[in-house]
Amino acid sequence: MPKQQANWSPYDNNGGSCVAIAGADYCVIAADTRMSTGYNILTRDYSKICKLADKCVMASSGFQADVKALQKHLAARHLIYQHQHNKQMSCPAMAQLLSNTLYYKRFFPYYSFNVLGGLDNEGKGCVFTYDAVGSYEKVGYSSQGSGSTLIMPFLDNQLKSPSPLLLPVQDAVTPLAEAEAVDLVKTVFASASERDIYTGDKLEIVVINADGIRREYMDLRKD
Amino acid sequence: MFRNQYDTDVTTWSPAGRLFQVEYAMEAMKQGSAAIGLRSKTHVVLGCVNKANSELSSHQKKIFKVDDHIGLAIAGLTADGRVLSRYMRNECINYNFTYESPLPVGRLVVQLADKAQVCTQRSWKRPYGVGLLVAGLDESGAHLYYNCPSGNYFEYQAFAIGSRSQAAKTYLERRFENFTDSSRDDLVKDAITAIRETLQGETLKSSICTIAVVGVGEPFHILDQGTVQQIIDTFEIAAEQEGPAAEPDAATGRDTAAEQGTAADQGGSTDEGVAPMDI
Repeated sequence: MPKQQANWSPYDNNGGSCVAIAGADYCVIAADTRMSTGYNILTRDYSKICKLADKCVMASSGFQADVKALQKHLAARHLIYQHQHNKQMSCPAMAQLLSNTLYYKRFFPYYSFNVLGGLDNEGKGCVFTYDAVGSYEKVGYSSQGSGSTLIMPFLDNQLKSPSPLLLPVQDAVTPLAEAEAVDLVKTVFASASERDIYTGDKLEIVVINADGIRREYMDLRKD
Repeated sequence: MFRNQYDTDVTTWSPAGRLFQVEYAMEAMKQGSAAIGLRSKTHVVLGCVNKANSELSSHQKKIFKVDDHIGLAIAGLTADGRVLSRYMRNECINYNFTYESPLPVGRLVVQLADKAQVCTQRSWKRPYGVGLLVAGLDESGAHLYYNCPSGNYFEYQAFAIGSRSQAAKTYLERRFENFTDSSRDDLVKDAITAIRETLQGETLKSSICTIAVVGVGEPFHILDQGTVQQIIDTFEIAAEQEGPAAEPDAATGRDTAAEQGTAADQGGSTDEGVAPMDI
């Protein structure tokens, strides 16, 4: 008897792309708002971005049911942290917590591809990028999701610092100004929407800086 | 009450139908420094007297935030209070996770009471030695509950627990009818005045009391020292102006307390000899 194949999967991919860019004193996190399944669109207006702490925001693409569960889980853990420590979690602390939470389900993972963005304890922008089981790295910029194969090379072209072998090691954060980084994000998503069928409808941009958190929207191609 | 042959276990009834261990737990609560609570239709205010072991040490934390809409003040074994507040926080977080809405205060209070009851019916446990004033806001309005070690709970318009709480209770009894429609600021003033009653002579300053508020549009939070001191200053000035009118009131308060001569007050007067673990 040939090996039985599963006739049902607990996972689904709702598509979408996420991007985060760290600056000297700001962080930009963006994601499109299209939620799809297969070749169909479920809604054009779904936020993939979640504020976890005062200076820490997460964008996740993948299976949104798992993403929602993950967001709720982290929010609850953050509340416990606040009760115990009388302060908000820092972005690096949340980054480690997210990694641990993801690995905890190593053998039935959250189908969630995350980028975490915020300000560290010194007010400098920081971005952390993850895989589905919690492997993470602090970087200057990152993208995840269905459009990441299109977006990442472009970000590398615009933001990647020269090889550390040639010059003294540079900081991961981009020297770009906040407005320039937001513009870059808009350009990047406009391009991704052209070729990635799962990315489009609307772009949600969240900017964290010393003044707080600000939200911005931009229309994208709806086809 | 004095030592007798029925007070060793919490699972032993006395011939008169009393559980002495539970009553001793209530005694422990009366030894703690005072905590008071009062509510209006839209706000609940909690206050407590800060007692420190010595001048060198910091005072114990007696007011805890449980969730944005619930907080509590304790009197008695603060360690027991801390553990119970951790339980309450957990319950609120879990309820919110499942139902995406805040845990109604009445439900939390029943869960607490059931938890306390368990400790009155197990031979390997002891009752919690702490009284809790739970202040909260939910769809049915503002609430103030009192949970005791016995596993009973009551809802109050205003209440005081701990040592010298009778003085505060007398003050609150006189004023409680006005509380329902009180403004938030008046409620806070009443809370501070009630605390002053328990101090009986000591100067009232912001370092000796902690005040917390929860209300419509106002998540539970502890007022910072500066704000409290400001409020104290404003009505100390008013009290001076009232002068002779204020004094007879304070005097009657003390007389009533002296006449009552309850165990509560006797416990209160031996404050200086209180064991280090209870505040």
